[in-house]
Amino acid sequence: MEYILMIIGCILVNNIVFSQFLGICPFLGVSGKTGTAAGMGAAVTFVMALATLVTSTVNKYVLLPLGLKFMQTIVFILIIAALVQMVEIILKKISPALYQALGIYLPLITTNCAVLGVAIQVTQKADFSILDSTIFATATAIGFLLAIVIFAGLREQLELNKVPNAMKGVPIALVTAGILAMAFMGFANLV
Amino acid sequence: MSKLQILTKGIIKENPSLILVLGMCPTLGVTTSAENGIGMGIATTFVLLLSNIMISLVKGVIPDKVRIPSFIVIIATFVSIVDLLVQGFVPALAESLGLFIPLIVVNCIVLGRAEAFASKNGIFDSMLDGLGMGLGFTLSLFIIGACREILGSGAIFGHKFITGDGILIFVLAPGAFFVLGFVMALVRHIQNRKKSSQLEKR
Repeated sequence: MEYILMIIGCILVNNIVFSQFLGICPFLGVSGKTGTAAGMGAAVTFVMALATLVTSTVNKYVLLPLGLKFMQTIVFILIIAALVQMVEIILKKISPALYQALGIYLPLITTNCAVLGVAIQVTQKADFSILDSTIFATATAIGFLLAIVIFAGLREQLELNKVPNAMKGVPIALVTAGILAMAFMGFANLV
Repeated sequence: MSKLQILTKGIIKENPSLILVLGMCPTLGVTTSAENGIGMGIATTFVLLLSNIMISLVKGVIPDKVRIPSFIVIIATFVSIVDLLVQGFVPALAESLGLFIPLIVVNCIVLGRAEAFASKNGIFDSMLDGLGMGLGFTLSLFIIGACREILGSGAIFGHKFITGDGILIFVLAPGAFFVLGFVMALVRHIQNRKKSSQLEKR
């Protein structure tokens, strides 16, 4: 039950894009088409779950016992970068089809602040076990997937409408995202 | 390009968040007030300046293949320094900026300037470029933060000038998207007009 509440909370109430403002760059950059948006969302979900599993393990068994908490940012970003590279190589070898689908998005994920953000966030919650952290990260990433797919659908419709010259492209996309964020605020008291 | 141009191009002509659309996460996330915007801007400027200097110093030593990972480690080091400094000297600011200080590491502006400018230019030019870009970022964060604070809580730098509440939505998450969208549109509108008036002159 606790986990169900946590998952709903991460996906709808504290949606990573609309209420925490993490991962905005891919959210604006790769949301032109629903298909590519879904691919990006899936790649982020995969990497975020894996990265948080590794970083929270390293944090618990290496950094904290040795008193190296100040090295957190450096260690985490290196782990994420190495992990993304590794996933890319393994995927290429094992499942070329999946690599074809996700491949181009993988390098972009290293600089996706959502991945590092969640990895740091879970270390700040003292009572989180490694399992809790991984579930939290997976649910958060599904929230990202949901947000980017809905937003891509809206932008596809937006293409067909007449927009003032200065508002074309990113500005109107931001206003749309704002309205979407208002809709997500409706979930505020759900959990 | 003259030295002055290198310094000023980041402030208006190539403003990182309003024109180049880089570093969106902090631009939206921390701008609930003008003060937070400036604080975040200064922290980012500090990292940009130091990492640009460092990278232009070591650019000859780093092999091309491991360039990006090395840059990330250099940037992450300076970010950790800033993080600890802010926590130590301005704990109130650290509280309100929270997660966004360590996240300067993955701010595309910093890595973007390292890759596009500092790894190709000399130390003094890189320093000016970092400073200019940082100031431009600070300026845009200040503008957005001030708009949100004035509209959302009827105050500026914490001094209230209306009685009662402001339009609360501007302090909340959706307001960030709205304000950034409209400020960006305004900047583009001004640019478009400038361009068309230049064309008319010819």
